[in-house]
Formats: sequence, structure tokens, C-alpha cells
Amino acid sequence: MKAGIILFPGTNRERDMGLALARVTGAKPAIIWHGESELPAGTDLVVLPGGFSYGDYLRCGAMAAQSPIMRAVAAFAARGGHVLGVCNGFQILIEAGLLPGALLKNASLRFLSMDCHLKVERTDTPYTSHFQPGAVFRSTMAHGDGNYFASPETLDTLEGEGRVVLRYCTPEGAVTPDANRNGSSRSIAGIVSENRRILGLMPHPENQVDPLIDGTDGLPMFESISACFATA
Amino acid sequence: MKAYVTVMPKNGVLDPQGKAIGHALTGHGFAGIGEVRVGKLIELELAETDPAKAQAAAEDMARKLLANMVIESFKVEVR
Repeated sequence: MKAGIILFPGTNRERDMGLALARVTGAKPAIIWHGESELPAGTDLVVLPGGFSYGDYLRCGAMAAQSPIMRAVAAFAARGGHVLGVCNGFQILIEAGLLPGALLKNASLRFLSMDCHLKVERTDTPYTSHFQPGAVFRSTMAHGDGNYFASPETLDTLEGEGRVVLRYCTPEGAVTPDANRNGSSRSIAGIVSENRRILGLMPHPENQVDPLIDGTDGLPMFESISACFATA
Repeated sequence: MKAYVTVMPKNGVLDPQGKAIGHALTGHGFAGIGEVRVGKLIELELAETDPAKAQAAAEDMARKLLANMVIESFKVEVR
């Protein structure tokens, strides 16, 4: 799998994401500057990592969504390319119109930097095939604007099409208001595009990929995407 | 000429900032405060001299970038 990580001014999680991808693919992903207008030839997966691109000016992700490279990412997605957006990357995917909805300020108004638990709602996506059905895994959240919002019609469409892939839950897997710390509609933590090849999520699965550093709870996500290309 | 684009959260979209400010104002002793909502005002300096064209241009900018139409509405005033 040939992965490329987009680097915007203010991105700060590209190295962790690179390590997570290198762990499953054995190859260092390309780092692609936002001013580029084309992706490297043969790119299989584009990753928009976390951070605070453009200082969150106007709205989180709004400026980055206008970057030259995002035109290439949109074209790549339109051709059926795989795109993963984590945290600020999710915000950018939404601002670029590649995923529906919006991410509002956390309902508590606080920046939340803490562990969270995620329920895997579907294992038939390129990003979750290595999780057990109904799996719950520990992850980390670190965001001020992760409160997923969409109109009731959009939410119903997402649910109806099985595009809600991850929900905030308790360590036991119960989807409760208390476990939904940022106040997201229907506890949504991650959604996919109609073709399931674009995933956006607020938590950071790349934080838990090394047994020596906080465990490997997030590793199945990277194993899934890697396996998707190994068998292709 | 100048265009002033006011961007506000749509009705029904939770505005925790507005709520917090409302609480704080009540805490200051200001009575009778109903709902408080927070938006932003964007001032644009435009080379355009025709008010109708400036209005249309600013509205286009608001739709494409300045407002997120999923959660925000906007109003343009040209002066």
C-alpha cells in the first residue's frame, strides 16, 4: 500500500500517523505539502492527519479545504480513492464537502484531551475489517470542535445507509450520553462516504499502535486498510 | 465599497458559546436575558462600485467559504 500524508501549515500529527502506517506497511508514507497540486503517482491511500491547520481560522478545516492539494484529493476520491481523515483531517473532509455534516464546538465548550471508547458499528469497511463485529476499543480524543452535527434527514440517511462506523461508548460498549463527551449527534465519532472509502473520525487511533506506548487498541484500523491493498 | 457579512448559527443549531455568555451576563446581575447567540462579522473591502454587483459577489463568497451552510446562515450589507 502506498500511502501519502498531507501536511498543512499547523498540522502536527503527521509523524505519529506515519509511524502507524509504516508499522503495517513496512514503508514510510510520503509526506505531501498542501501547496502541491498533484498526489504522487500510484497513491493508494491519502491521509489527512490531526492538528490545527491554518490556526483553525474562520472554521476548523475551512482554510485547509481550499488548499491546492485538496483539489487533487477530491479528484482522487471521485475516482474511488481511499481517504482517511483524523481529527482536524475529519474537519477538513467535511469542509471540503467529501463527507456530510459539520463539527461544532464541543457541547461543554471545553477542549477535551482524554481517552474515549469507540464502538465499531460495521466491520465491512476498508478501515474496520480487522475488528471483531461489535468490538469496542480504547482511543484518544484531543479536540475543541468534535461535536458532530447534521440535519435529522442527513443523520437518518447516514444511519440508513450504514455509514455510521464508530460511536462513542462506555468501556463496556454502552452508547450513553455520558460517554458522548463532545455532545455529537447520535454519539457519532466516525462516518464513511457512500462508497465507504472515505472515513472521517475525531479520535486518534494512531495513538495506540505500539505495545510499548499505550497499547495497540487502534492497530486493527491500520491492519484493515493495509490488508485491503494487500489482497487487491 | 465595503460589504459586511454577518454569519450566525442557524436556529436549532446548539450555540454553547451563546449559552455561556448568557449565563455570565446573568451572573453580572443583568436581568431579563433570553437566548444569546454568537456569530461573526466579516468586513470585506471590494473594488466593485455597483452595489448590486458587490452584494451578489459577497453573497457568493459567503456561500462558498465565509459561512458553512450546514450550520450557519448569513446576511450581507453593502455600504
